[in-house]
Amino acid sequence: MMTWHSAHEFFAMGGYGAYVWSAYAVTAALLGIEAWLARRRRRRALERRP
Amino acid sequence: MKLFTFAAPSRFYRLSGRLLPWLWIAAAVLAYAGLYIGFFVAPTDAQQGEAYRIIFIHVPAAWMSMVIYLAMAGWAAVGWVLNARMASMLARALAPSGLVFTLIALWTGAAWGKPAWGTWWVWDARLTSELILLFLYLGYLALTEAIDDPRRADRAGALVAIVGAINVPVIYFSVRWWNTLHQGASVSLTGAPTMASAMLLAMLLMTFAFWAYAFAVVFMRARAIVLERERDAAWVQGLTTMGHAA
Repeated sequence: MMTWHSAHEFFAMGGYGAYVWSAYAVTAALLGIEAWLARRRRRRALERRP
Repeated sequence: MKLFTFAAPSRFYRLSGRLLPWLWIAAAVLAYAGLYIGFFVAPTDAQQGEAYRIIFIHVPAAWMSMVIYLAMAGWAAVGWVLNARMASMLARALAPSGLVFTLIALWTGAAWGKPAWGTWWVWDARLTSELILLFLYLGYLALTEAIDDPRRADRAGALVAIVGAINVPVIYFSVRWWNTLHQGASVSLTGAPTMASAMLLAMLLMTFAFWAYAFAVVFMRARAIVLERERDAAWVQGLTTMGHAA
């Protein structure tokens, strides 16, 4: 079974592309930023040891 | 006090460090599988067309926002009552992740609400109680960050976290207790799910992916907090610049 017949159809999401992809993009961005901040915090804690 | 030797921050730091790579791998593999099934196997929804595909991140994020809150309140309570430092540090480490998942649940909900209901936002019970959850996380973070003494901040935060926990069942049951625009539960512990099996599988895989991600990022943050609070301890002094045991 294949829902999509072309890449264009996939990105269009039946006319809801803007809603679907913006939701996924914001989710990916927030999770990415959070992981980066957590990593940076541990790095800094190590550097600031007396 | 044998039980608490396992809760020693140094021990947590070592064990969580060993688990981290596996948690990241699990998160990546589960997210890949979940997104593949969600976008290439799950059929188009008869009523909502393709817009429903937001469900694969919206519902898992909303679940995480509630589960993390309960975990945060639970660890905060343990840290307060038993004076267990590591439990308090875990509570503090959970809060930012809970905030992020609440933001995701609200954002993706708005992006789904517009095509499904014709509005980004409505002041109904489900949406409003989730917004209150956002403010509870913000309040917890603002309060704990404002108090310099870590143990005093832990205790003040614990009070807010425990009192605010009443909001979680309100969110969960809001669709049953009140007449809301939000649809009812797609999955419940009792009764068959009301969705196609591929849709359900994708949603569950994304839930497990978010769980693995949450464990990984909370462990990373908890490790940072351990280092910040124990910077004078001999075992921290002995770590390499990469943070491993020498």
